[in-house]
Amino acid sequence: MSYLLAFLVGGALCLLAQLVMDVTKATAAEILVGSVMLGAIAAGFGLYEPFAKFAGAGATIPLPGFGFSLVSGLIKELPKEGWVALFSGAFKATGAGIKAALIFGVIASFATRARA
Amino acid sequence: MEPKEYRQRVKRLEPPRPIARNALWAFVVGGVICLIGQVVQSGLMAVGYNQETVKAPTSIIMVFLGALATALGIYDRIAKFGGMGANLPITGFSNAVVAPAMEFKQEGPIMGTGARIFQIAGPVIAYGLLTAFVVGLVRFVIMGGKP
Repeated sequence: MSYLLAFLVGGALCLLAQLVMDVTKATAAEILVGSVMLGAIAAGFGLYEPFAKFAGAGATIPLPGFGFSLVSGLIKELPKEGWVALFSGAFKATGAGIKAALIFGVIASFATRARA
Repeated sequence: MEPKEYRQRVKRLEPPRPIARNALWAFVVGGVICLIGQVVQSGLMAVGYNQETVKAPTSIIMVFLGALATALGIYDRIAKFGGMGANLPITGFSNAVVAPAMEFKQEGPIMGTGARIFQIAGPVIAYGLLTAFVVGLVRFVIMGGKP
């Protein structure tokens, strides 16, 4: 069941992003930036957490889930660290993914031959 | 011509996009990638990770798969018909980091690989962090940091 939900909800989010991009003739970068911001705002209102519980990877794998992780990481650190968490909290939840991408990126760049 | 006017003219002259077909492929490709993500997550939880600790390793594995597919030249082909279905999931974030790092290799390890690696991921991270900061600040002021 969780697999079906992940497929349907994740697919629906991607369909929505594609639709908005085609209808507004926006660039892919604009859609990606907008998705993260929308996910972060939804998380701020406490809407994304129940959505992620319901749809699992279908909600957390697409980019709005990245915005959700930024905010939920920050909110979690607020009681412990106070205002400092506004600056340090967001990276705690998302650092692993970002760092993995950077490391694999540099390795891939060095390991492959330059394309003409 | 003003840059704004130029952009509007380019947008008008663009060929119409096959909206229905793009949407369908985005749904299928995005759905399959999220399904793979769910398989990875459920697999990790079966070997002892809990709801909280499973997030980071799931991200790392999905980012790795996206990076591998990018290095092998597969991901760009998927993205051509998958569109947002390939770009929106975290594997697409990985692709957005790895692809320019590889492509601009000939400009050198610092100004090529190092600088271009954030070409698309940079704006996403910058505006994501900014939004999270504002959202956190508002919650901090209103609720005093209660979770």
